[in-house]
Amino acid sequence: MNIELITFFIFSFLLIFTCLKVVTSSNPVLSAVNLVFSFFLSAVLWLLLGAEFLSIILILVYVGAVMVLFLFVVMMLDINIAKKSAAYINYLPLGIGIFIAFNAIIIFFFINTFENIDYNAVKNIEIISKSNTENLGYLLFTKYLVEFEIAGLILLLGIISAIVLTYKKNPKNKYQNPTKQISVTKKDRLKVITGLKE
Amino acid sequence: MIPISYYLILSTIIFAISIAGIFINRKNILILLMSLELMFLSVNFNLITLGNYLGDLTGQVFVFFVLTVVAAESAIGLALLIVLFRNKKSIDVDDLSELKG
Repeated sequence: MNIELITFFIFSFLLIFTCLKVVTSSNPVLSAVNLVFSFFLSAVLWLLLGAEFLSIILILVYVGAVMVLFLFVVMMLDINIAKKSAAYINYLPLGIGIFIAFNAIIIFFFINTFENIDYNAVKNIEIISKSNTENLGYLLFTKYLVEFEIAGLILLLGIISAIVLTYKKNPKNKYQNPTKQISVTKKDRLKVITGLKE
Repeated sequence: MIPISYYLILSTIIFAISIAGIFINRKNILILLMSLELMFLSVNFNLITLGNYLGDLTGQVFVFFVLTVVAAESAIGLALLIVLFRNKKSIDVDDLSELKG
């Protein structure tokens, strides 16, 4: 039992426990907090896998931005804490059955498949330094540059659509209407009066 | 070194928990979105694990893009949720059955 394995077991059991808490707790705030915990725990496990940059990104972006967004929405929505409804009890056996069936099939598959695999089969990556961040940045800005820019566009899309969806006009304020302003013609503004001879 | 199957089994368990969560929490869209986040987390686990064990950094690049897309997705999903709550005063999935077919 080396220290790596012990760390893995402690953090993975905590991770499974917090995931179960996310799914089963009736209070959405508790669910969100447990989701934050599970992100922290999986960041530690990603560190064990050697993905340092992504584990830091997981904490900074996920816990710092996305989960705070979730918490804000939970607090904005003013939902009464739902008691465990009849639907919950109805679907609980179905949920547990799906959990067990899915796990049985896939874990059986994994145990049989990955026993003696040659891990060094694929080593086609050009490693330029020992730093994970540096290697990742090198790949992102050379081989995957187009995808990187598409990711930026997707974020822009997210911003625009979130704003457009939630933007509510306040009738008390005065607004310009650019569409109306642009489509104005001479006829709308200028009134030629004829017949004023005297 | 930790065997690869441990990580894969862990991610499978998380995925199964989130699927079961989607089935259990039919009342609350917010928890459905959180289950979706857990699902993405388990997929990222798979990508990082296999990328690490195969000595290939492409898996981590892919996780980077998945994180980007998930951030945009959850922002849009929460915006839709707010619009829904504004119009219906509830986030119950059962209240969404507008189309009678």
